[in-house]
Amino acid sequence: MDIHEYQAKEILNDYGVQTLPGGLAYSPEQAVYQAKEMGGEIWVVKAQIHSGARGKAGGIVVCKTEQEVEEAAESLLGKRLVTHQTGPAGKICNRLYIESGADIQREIYLALVLDREKEQVAVVASAEGGMDIEEIAENRPETIIREPVEPAVGMQAFQARRIACKLGIEKSMLAQATTTIMGCYRAFTELDCNMVEINPLVITGDHRIIALDAKVSFDANALFKHPNIAECRDKTQEDPRETAASDRGLNYIGLDGNIGCLINGAGLAMGTMDMIQHAGGEPANFLDIGGGANPERVAKAFNLVLADDGVDAMLVNIFAGINRCDWIAEGVVEAVKSIDMKVPLVVRLSGTNVDQGMEIIKNSGLPIIMAYSLAEAADKAVEAANEHVKKKGAK
Amino acid sequence: MAILITDKSRVIVQGFTGKIATFHAEDMAKWGTNIVGGTTPGRGGETHLGKPVFNTVQDAVEQEGADASIIFVPGPFAADAIMEAAEAGIKFCVCITDGIPTLDMIRVKRYMRAFNKENKMVLTGPNCAGSISPGKAMLGIMPGHIYKEGRVGVIGRSGTLGYEAAVQMADHGIGISSSIGIGGDPINGSGFLDHLKLFDKDPETDAIVMIGEIGGSQEAKAAEWARDNCDKPVISYIAGLTAPKGRTMGHAGAIVSSSGESAAEKVEILRSCGVHVAVRPSDIGTTVAEALKKA
Repeated sequence: MDIHEYQAKEILNDYGVQTLPGGLAYSPEQAVYQAKEMGGEIWVVKAQIHSGARGKAGGIVVCKTEQEVEEAAESLLGKRLVTHQTGPAGKICNRLYIESGADIQREIYLALVLDREKEQVAVVASAEGGMDIEEIAENRPETIIREPVEPAVGMQAFQARRIACKLGIEKSMLAQATTTIMGCYRAFTELDCNMVEINPLVITGDHRIIALDAKVSFDANALFKHPNIAECRDKTQEDPRETAASDRGLNYIGLDGNIGCLINGAGLAMGTMDMIQHAGGEPANFLDIGGGANPERVAKAFNLVLADDGVDAMLVNIFAGINRCDWIAEGVVEAVKSIDMKVPLVVRLSGTNVDQGMEIIKNSGLPIIMAYSLAEAADKAVEAANEHVKKKGAK
Repeated sequence: MAILITDKSRVIVQGFTGKIATFHAEDMAKWGTNIVGGTTPGRGGETHLGKPVFNTVQDAVEQEGADASIIFVPGPFAADAIMEAAEAGIKFCVCITDGIPTLDMIRVKRYMRAFNKENKMVLTGPNCAGSISPGKAMLGIMPGHIYKEGRVGVIGRSGTLGYEAAVQMADHGIGISSSIGIGGDPINGSGFLDHLKLFDKDPETDAIVMIGEIGGSQEAKAAEWARDNCDKPVISYIAGLTAPKGRTMGHAGAIVSSSGESAAEKVEILRSCGVHVAVRPSDIGTTVAEALKKA
């Protein structure tokens, strides 16, 4: 689960990471009020959306007067910002963070990530802050510092000091840097994060080490331990289709193709999407209804897939293991009868009681296209989608 | 001979009296699994499905000689259940549970490193469908009837894709020695390489199928080992050719985050190591049949 920059800063602050004074605003008036409260001569109006690279998308505006703050707030609130991380639909900006300016001398990259292979948390840092880590890895790979942390004892001070020294941080600020790095590690492990990224971490003219930006994401499976973190969820930043799915206990990811997919099991779902592509089509979504597919879940999933206007054909591929195909077939028939299907439907069932299942679908009298193998299912779905597109064009 | 589980394995079910565990315990017994009891803390001394219930795994090991376990405990408590099994002397543990926090799993893996080789438990999962040695025993939630007895070893992350492979192979008359589910989480108890080594040594396995997916570099590491050490043919399919970068595709572990993790890149590495790659998931059966013919 992702959270906003201002939330991340608040959390990291509690762990000893320093940030600049700032305040939240939902309206231009509030933005001006926050700027006045803070005082000073320079403010930064920052769009709060769940994405990095906001600067390039115009989501970060440096202002020198209260009027500029008001104008920036007016132009950003309610606007959809498109970055290379948001996809073409962009993300809506409903909140602003007004931050005071800083005298930046140096920019550093600091992140804590999960090293899957070594099965530990690792610090990744670079003296070349401000760029994406991907850019740093490409342009200045020699500047990347990696420091793995032994999970049994956690991060030790010498490790944080070593990172700070490699980053070339001055002697007078070593203690501050150590506190910052150790604080990030404590936040990561105590709050079950997936990632903590401070880019840039800046050194100011008055010798302070400050998180100018902060991105923290959490392990959704561990949110039960941290109810206050779970409350930071902002549904306006999610794909509404995905929110609807997760509220129904389904696993959905919207994609750009036109073949809607309803499959049980993540592996089979990925495999079926691959088959669609091999057959010359593009999937409209990833949808895993789970190993224990029952008729109610099938019905809910149908509605979800068909809510996408871009769907020109739908493919159901269920491998009934513990369940039976006849049971799933009844669910499919019920679902199709209860909704007004405007697009062709291809169904492939396999596993337990497959013959009875196919019989139920055949006898339902519904215009369902049946397939017996994975390859046949994908071919028929692509063909049906193409025909549907042609028909739409003729109208 | 099969690997990890046989009809001799003395199996306990952790979280024995739960609804799902009960259902699967009854089903597993149908496929030859010797279930000797189970654990539910606080219900020790009771009988469930005609078998004893214990408070702790240690009791089950001491009183019933249990050496294998299958875990159905919910996510928040599953890491604890795995460590309990490891400490009590269980040799093979299948963790079905989905949704264990990643940092909990890191602690589990670190804990398991403390045991010496003879006392080390082999863990598969979490978030897996389980393992089966057809005709001998099953520790999992798979439909046992689709697995034909034979001489091909299967290792896979996904449950349903493993079923798909088993059915396609059976259609070609090819059976399975053991099928091991390693699970879809970012941190696995054991991986492709661990089981590839076991299958390589197993005299009753002639070829090995790896069903992988995007994310991580396990498949590539296993293929590199096979190139240098394994004479048996290795066949593979990697799911997720169409997966967008940076998104988690159902399995928490299925996320492309750095180079070498995408399906296309993995296929390239596997091919260069001499692995027979099924490009389409519908070609797994045919690819295995062809590889066996050539061998």
